[in-house]
Amino acid sequence: MTDQGVRLLAAAVAIGIGAIGPALGIGMLVSKAMEALGRNPEAESAIRLNMILGIVFAEAIAIYALVVALIIKFV
Amino acid sequence: MRKPKNLGILLGILVLFIGGSFVLPIKTPPHVQLPAEPIAGGGLLVLTNTMTAAWASIIVLTLLFYFATRNMSEVPGRFQSLAEMLIEFVLNLCTSVAGKERGRKFFALCATLFLFIFISNWMGLLPGYGTIGVWHQVKVEHATAVQASPTANEGAVAQGENAEGHQVLYPFLRSASTDLNMTIGLALISVIATQIYGFRALGFGGYASRFINLKGPIDMIVGLLESISEVAKIVSLSFRLFGNIFAGEVLLGVMAFLVPWVASVPFMGLEMFVGVMQAFVFMMLTLVFLTIATTGHGAEHEAEQGSH
Repeated sequence: MTDQGVRLLAAAVAIGIGAIGPALGIGMLVSKAMEALGRNPEAESAIRLNMILGIVFAEAIAIYALVVALIIKFV
Repeated sequence: MRKPKNLGILLGILVLFIGGSFVLPIKTPPHVQLPAEPIAGGGLLVLTNTMTAAWASIIVLTLLFYFATRNMSEVPGRFQSLAEMLIEFVLNLCTSVAGKERGRKFFALCATLFLFIFISNWMGLLPGYGTIGVWHQVKVEHATAVQASPTANEGAVAQGENAEGHQVLYPFLRSASTDLNMTIGLALISVIATQIYGFRALGFGGYASRFINLKGPIDMIVGLLESISEVAKIVSLSFRLFGNIFAGEVLLGVMAFLVPWVASVPFMGLEMFVGVMQAFVFMMLTLVFLTIATTGHGAEHEAEQGSH
């Protein structure tokens, strides 16, 4: 395997595996938020704000993996 | 579209654009470069295109608020109500998270961070950012981002793809948050301001006891973890903003390259949403860290009174 080929593979694997965890995390988060919304529709704005905050935290981990993939590919 | 004639025209235009993108495709794929491209200067004093974009954001912000506050009246005009919406949003958030008086103290820093990041993220989507620039000749292979490597690169010659120099565009403007220097700078401002506010609120001993706690072994380890987490905050704040906006830029470029005119549109919407969210999250995290830093151990119930 040439060096270039391994770099391409590394970039793909970095973001591919790195996105699994955050995807699961975001799914769990939103499902719990939906559940809470169903139980208490009045608290919608509070639930929505905190859900979005939690989603952004979970997505940050996926972004770290993406940045690593970009560094491997382009630097 | 009530009239079928309008629908027909729209479909015709779409077919023209999509078909044209297959007949006349863009030959060079988008050139992605992690560090910001220099457009002027050399040696130590280099002007990068993200710097000019940051200046543009500052100018736009200044003009926006100048026109908003010029003839202020009880019944606001358009600029004034826009400015009022933004200010009110940030102020309500600050007071709801940090309490009334602390919220007002933190408001300046949080509003600045939010507005600057928000405006520079959205301005990065304007036409002209990333497209108007100077063509440069580069002689190295595509994967590296160095403009002209002084040492010969054998791999490039063997590749054959970009063996001789090919031209890449150095745009004049590139969204400010796509520069890691900018985001690390903002994160440093946020974290160092947190320390300063903490020292001011709790006194030197009170705030330092958060990190250096000699009461017992567990407290010492907790203090060490706290200091490590401060550094982790800098890294996470900067990389979250940088990764989101830079990846969005790469995504827009690649989408425009794949299916011009059409595929970028939903991703533009996504980028607008992400731009607002990242600014909001940066501000929110700064606010929360400030609140935690200025809350002593015994006064934690006070924070709960302030929160919604």
